[in-house]
Amino acid sequence: MQMPEPDRGAIARREEIAAALRAIVPGEGVIVDEDERRPYESDGLSAYQTLPLLVVLPETVEQVSQVLRYCFENGIKVVPRGAGTSLSGGALPLEDGVLLGLGKFNRILEVDYDNRCARVQPGVTNLAITKAVEADGFYYAPDPSSQIACSIGGNVAENSGGVHCLKYGLTTNNLLGVQIVTIDGEVIEIGGKHLDSEAYDLLGVMTGSEGLLGVVTEVTVRLLRTPETARAVLLGFETSEAAGDCVAKIIGAGIIPGGMEMMDKPAIHAAEDFVRAGYPLDVEALLIVELDGPTQEVDYLIDRVREIADGCGAVSQRVSESEEERLTFWAGRKAAFPAVGRISPDYYCMDGTIPRHQLPKVLTRMNELSSQYGLRVANVFHAGDGNLHPLILYDANNPGELEKAEDFGSDILKLCVEVGGVLTGEHGVGVEKRDLMGTMFSEADLQQQQRLKCAFDPGGLLNPGKVFPTLHRCAELGRMHIHKGQMPFPDIPRF
Amino acid sequence: MTHFTPETPDQVREAVAWAVSEGAPLSVRGAGTKASVGRPINTSHELDLSRLTGITLYEAEELILQAWAGTPMSEIEAALSARNQRLEFEPPNYAALLKSDKGAGTLGGAVAANLAGPRRIKSGAARDHFLGFEAVSGRGEDFKSGGRVVKNVTGYDLCKLMAGSWGTLGVMTRITVKVMPVAEKQRTVLLATDDPETAVRALTEGLNSPYDLSGAAWVPTAIAARSGLSLISGQGSGVAALRLDGPGPSVEYRCEKLRQMLGVHGPTDELHSRNSAGFWREIRDVAPFSASDDLRAVWRLSTAPSEGAALYGSVMALPGAEAFLDWGGGLIWLAVEGAGDAGAEAIRTALQAHGGHATLIRGGADLRAAVEPFQPLKPGVRRLTEKIKQAFDPSGVLNPGRMYDGV
Repeated sequence: MQMPEPDRGAIARREEIAAALRAIVPGEGVIVDEDERRPYESDGLSAYQTLPLLVVLPETVEQVSQVLRYCFENGIKVVPRGAGTSLSGGALPLEDGVLLGLGKFNRILEVDYDNRCARVQPGVTNLAITKAVEADGFYYAPDPSSQIACSIGGNVAENSGGVHCLKYGLTTNNLLGVQIVTIDGEVIEIGGKHLDSEAYDLLGVMTGSEGLLGVVTEVTVRLLRTPETARAVLLGFETSEAAGDCVAKIIGAGIIPGGMEMMDKPAIHAAEDFVRAGYPLDVEALLIVELDGPTQEVDYLIDRVREIADGCGAVSQRVSESEEERLTFWAGRKAAFPAVGRISPDYYCMDGTIPRHQLPKVLTRMNELSSQYGLRVANVFHAGDGNLHPLILYDANNPGELEKAEDFGSDILKLCVEVGGVLTGEHGVGVEKRDLMGTMFSEADLQQQQRLKCAFDPGGLLNPGKVFPTLHRCAELGRMHIHKGQMPFPDIPRF
Repeated sequence: MTHFTPETPDQVREAVAWAVSEGAPLSVRGAGTKASVGRPINTSHELDLSRLTGITLYEAEELILQAWAGTPMSEIEAALSARNQRLEFEPPNYAALLKSDKGAGTLGGAVAANLAGPRRIKSGAARDHFLGFEAVSGRGEDFKSGGRVVKNVTGYDLCKLMAGSWGTLGVMTRITVKVMPVAEKQRTVLLATDDPETAVRALTEGLNSPYDLSGAAWVPTAIAARSGLSLISGQGSGVAALRLDGPGPSVEYRCEKLRQMLGVHGPTDELHSRNSAGFWREIRDVAPFSASDDLRAVWRLSTAPSEGAALYGSVMALPGAEAFLDWGGGLIWLAVEGAGDAGAEAIRTALQAHGGHATLIRGGADLRAAVEPFQPLKPGVRRLTEKIKQAFDPSGVLNPGRMYDGV
């Protein structure tokens, strides 16, 4: 993976830049010492590491603004970082770039139940929002697996999902406002506590922009009332086709479960060995279907789901009879990544989305690729919305095996695009999928996206080297090729 | 005056490229049902998408539908209805409100205006169901974004940018949206009250309960009396309405619980299926201000729901004012006399205290030229808005000035 050629001049000026930033962020908020920079060298995609030029940890919006303004005026690159849990290398540092950590922005500023929202700083963890309001019967819906650690600012940058997306949406569907600081240091308020943000939907544009457009310094999230109850059903199937068919029939019957997850045999075994969730070990595919809502509704829908599952040939069925049992069902799924980590020295987590009906074809092809590359793969799958997480098992100590795993991963993602899907459902493009963007987008599509980047960051200083495989100068992207010509399509109807 | 009516995306691109090369701005429209919204624009050429029609993909079990942008909403809704599905953002039909005879508009128009109905409180607006598009930029180039799957974070989310951009950034040619199953049953709990504060308190209690509302509105006495539904017009009072939908046993259970909960505020009643649907259609389509002889200006105010009652109180002082609330108090539909600035300054001053924005949805061309129909932008957002316009439509050939001067 190639990163843009580092600016040797910036590296040579490390001490000078540090001194300037210390004037903005006093005390220990500027980290220059190599050993102290080391913990920041990678994010959740640990296969890639780069030591940042230096690390700055501001505590106020004013400091963020001044840091960005300084970098803007001096042409220094900036990589924003929340909790550093990105699985796509979104917060991978640059050796000539300042790493801007938002970890000190860790306060919940306001909880407003009358408007069902909370105003929080970007370094607050996803789970901490729910923890702060759950005693009052509310929660924040998006629940990425890393929710205990990942920050809400990072969730905005990545448009994070989770198991409840099918019913409750991604981050972008659960925000009301953000405060951002643009690269030139301007603080901009977008949205508020009202439902529709005015003008162009800058809130929607910022969400999922992977730290390339601005730095999020405050977030207003929607809170939802905690459902009266939630129950889960475990359904075992002899084939993944039968499980996939069951998913389609549940949705076809008009039922949108709170969560609908699928695991294949290797994932079931790894999870069961790890947490003893009581999963059946003799099935090829396991579905966890969770229904949430008023008690009457949940009981009614559980019965309907069980009938549908019978019709699809489910060989085992278990309904959670207590909250404890429901959480046990989920414990295996939620621990699937570390569980796989126990059976393999390393694993590489992929994140494509496919039209659901393509699942059997994709799984078959994935098994063929597995034999071809000689690497095992375990699959967990947000079955309701078609988001696949194949976990490729490898050993980085075997020379060439990481590269092989990466190639296998690329092939899986290309396959996702080929069957009508996309490269990433919730982990983001980052550096990981950057060079695959061309399989999904034409050069014209990517250039138009980069023109949006130019509107926010004309110098390309914010998180360069992420998302786009080729960097273009904004002046070049702005050029127009105008051909004076004839009236188009003389034969098209006009009045 | 050239009126382009392309039937293929290539023809759309050719028309825009011609406009760029001639420096001849285009007014871009679908069926033209919402042509009277926004600043009057001075273009002598029109790009009319109403012949770029047809559903190109509908996979009910995948919950997606893809169609050419000019496809009439009536065609989309008929296809969905045949599979017992719907667009969950409950797109309104403003034909009567805007005195248009062009039907319910097009899919492209619904998305470009980022429409949302009463279900906004639960399910969001068009933006939240908009998965992907193909378009022609103001540079005369094809581009696309998003996809056909519901979970996708590949690249910037340009769908959000196109939704609500009123054709000023690109001409969408094909659109993919998420669709959802129609709920098995619906019911509406009514609470008789004339007091907006009591109403907003009741709506808030409903929204903060676990009973999962899909609508939360209030109409004052005079508006209730004009309802086409005798169960509403016969109340002899203002009415707060809370909609429940979902599986049958669930709706019945929640309806009972909600009536118990709201009973402390006054007498309650309920509307069942057809009456319930009829009432919400009136709210959705702004029927209270849609009578053919109603020539008042109509504003749409979006604010924090808890501010709804207070804001209602301050705008009701305007001449000829009449208003009702949706979105639990977060949306105020306001009709006022169209004279002078039709209350623009007073409304926007009042909003400063409460947060949010106001859009003039109905008003004569003179009024729309004299006041800003879209909320004036704060400097930082204004600067980004201009640069985004520049990035997508550098020559300003697509609906120039429709939202803001110079954009």
